[in-house]
Amino acid sequence: MRGRGHGIPGLVKGMVTTARTGLRRTGTQEYPDVSPELPPRSRGVIALLEENCTSCMLCARECPDWCITIDSHKETIPASTAGGRERQRNVLDRFAIDFSLCMYCGICIEVCPFDALFWSPHFEYAEYDVRDLLHEKERLGEWMASVPPPAALDEKASEPAEVAAARRPQRTVPAQRAVPAQRAVPAEGDSP
Amino acid sequence: MTWLEVVLRAGAVLAAFLVLPLLIGQTEHKVMAHMQGRLGPMYAGGFHGWAQLIADGVKFVQKEDITPLAADRRIFRLAPAVALVPYLVALSVVPLSPGLVAVDVPLSLLLVLAATSVGALGTLMAGWSSGNKYSLLGGLRAAAQLISYELPIVLACASVALAAGTLSVVGIGVAWSPLWLLWQLPGALVFLVAGVAELQRPPFDMPVADAELVMGAWTEYTGLRFALFLLTEYAGIVILSLLFAVLWLGGWHGPWSDSVGWLWTLLKGFAVAVVIIWIRVAWPRLREDQLQRLAWVWLVPIALGQLFLTGIGVVMGW
Repeated sequence: MRGRGHGIPGLVKGMVTTARTGLRRTGTQEYPDVSPELPPRSRGVIALLEENCTSCMLCARECPDWCITIDSHKETIPASTAGGRERQRNVLDRFAIDFSLCMYCGICIEVCPFDALFWSPHFEYAEYDVRDLLHEKERLGEWMASVPPPAALDEKASEPAEVAAARRPQRTVPAQRAVPAQRAVPAEGDSP
Repeated sequence: MTWLEVVLRAGAVLAAFLVLPLLIGQTEHKVMAHMQGRLGPMYAGGFHGWAQLIADGVKFVQKEDITPLAADRRIFRLAPAVALVPYLVALSVVPLSPGLVAVDVPLSLLLVLAATSVGALGTLMAGWSSGNKYSLLGGLRAAAQLISYELPIVLACASVALAAGTLSVVGIGVAWSPLWLLWQLPGALVFLVAGVAELQRPPFDMPVADAELVMGAWTEYTGLRFALFLLTEYAGIVILSLLFAVLWLGGWHGPWSDSVGWLWTLLKGFAVAVVIIWIRVAWPRLREDQLQRLAWVWLVPIALGQLFLTGIGVVMGW
């Protein structure tokens, strides 16, 4: 207690430090009255853009604690032109994230090839019962509104792909090449 | 003194006893919070949480009053009263100005010291009767601490009593002169340090060291009885601060002391209370052996030296 450099000077220093802190403004943000300023990339909640989801199940399989549930069925789309082929596509029936299990690792968002999942900074979704933390696609979709726009690109970055595609001059198809006569109906007996 | 006057004075002391500790408590909430870079209570009552301690009181009243099976029931239930009532008695003889004191008895300094010593018995009773090892250890630590620090307090008070030539708190306050700020300085420091230790407040809160003893002697207490122990602590701060203000800082002495003397006493006492709170925020807790060492190696000799110095001063007629 009374070693060199401690004792009384140390006690006085403690008093000065606390007094100085006491006279300074506190850094407290009074949360329920004042909403916090969160950085745009905060990991608050995971939002779902349902239109982009193809039910590919990548997110559900990569999720380390298996908190994503996906149900889907296949629908057949009739051919758009006569004689065309019918197509099948997945229709999402159920997409649910159990936020009582989710550990906010963000792997599902990283792994989604179709940009259907997004981080939102929204964090006020506490519940009184842990079972109420299982949120369905309707609720996940509501959170899309709170997803911030993507960060601006660097100054000398190349254009985003969709912008570059829109800028490219419209492809003009020459009329005579529209139906290549020689190849359209191969002559009988021709070997490929 | 008529009956009506007795009732009025007793009522006034009781009101002061219930209000002043709450003021100190609220000040502690706020001062401590800001010294730690926080805001403290902000909601209760609307304006900066002024009603926080009232809300706490309401909460304590609603809680279940549990007496442990292993406890010595009667002693356990009596202990908070034994701790609290002596401070009420002590407050009744602490003056705000020569005319503003509930009871003016000739030996009031002795009465205050005796009463506050009895209060320590409440902690010991609580620790002994709880039937809990932490409570027992806390109670014994409290007893050891109170015995050690009683002596420096008494010696420091004896010094001012000697200097004033009276054992009446009012008399000492009247005899006070600014010279005392220098002459009685060692005794004042001893009294302040030993007083904080007597209240078992940080840095002398070894008896309730929460990392070691849960809550010391108060571990088993719940509800209103626990609240009474907390009230005791803050009432103790009130009495210590007012007594220090009157005996060493001159109490009501100051500009316009005839009209606003009581305000001077309250202001000085409040300043002392803020210092006690400040000490709590700034300093770490002493270990048990450091605690005893401080009392016996430093405070008692300094207090004896002060007494010697005062004796010389009185004989020489300073």
